[in-house]
Amino acid sequence: MTVQLRALEFDPCVELAIHQDKVVKQRGKFGAVVSFVGTMRDFNDDRAVQAMTLEHYPGMTENHLQQICAEAARRWDILDSLIIHRVGELRPNDTIVLVAAWSAHRAAAFDACRYLIEELKTRAPFWKKERFREGSQWVEHNTPVT
Amino acid sequence: MPLQVRYFASLRERMGRADESLDGVSAANVAEVWARVSQNKPLPANTLVAVNREYADLDSEVKDGDEVAFFPPVTGG
Repeated sequence: MTVQLRALEFDPCVELAIHQDKVVKQRGKFGAVVSFVGTMRDFNDDRAVQAMTLEHYPGMTENHLQQICAEAARRWDILDSLIIHRVGELRPNDTIVLVAAWSAHRAAAFDACRYLIEELKTRAPFWKKERFREGSQWVEHNTPVT
Repeated sequence: MPLQVRYFASLRERMGRADESLDGVSAANVAEVWARVSQNKPLPANTLVAVNREYADLDSEVKDGDEVAFFPPVTGG
């Protein structure tokens, strides 16, 4: 169960490999890893987005992400989980978030990964402000899952 | 010890400050804290509240030394 906030750009594939190699202890025990990577778009509602600021609530954000991971571990038989989320200034194509879950069989890893990202998006204290060629604007709500 | 009040994102900009201290809050709820910091303005729709960095409600009780936060709906991920 690892939660990290990053102020600098990161490569989700590298982070996943590092975590799996060094942190997931039960080598040979997991048969499935499911990950989700959220990436910054250069458009929103047909407007060109040039940059984005991600604000968070230091202390509460990390605690809340830990709670989400703990709840996933209660609900599903997972061996480990990982959340890495960017904060600060982002550019289009930057990774915003990496979420991953490890389990013996795929069902638990799929379900836990989906739970982690949906909980994060609806409850974890992060706020996006998008910058356009002229002006900037707070994102009012996340896109619902359809 | 004073009660700390914090604001985030659009609400921080709307309030014109990120945080403030309130003295003499021996026992109150979150709604009363909002009334005091906003001079009785209505709380913007969909505002979320936290007490000591855990989600809370407007009727959650607070006391000296607590940290109360007001913020808009979250948009991470």
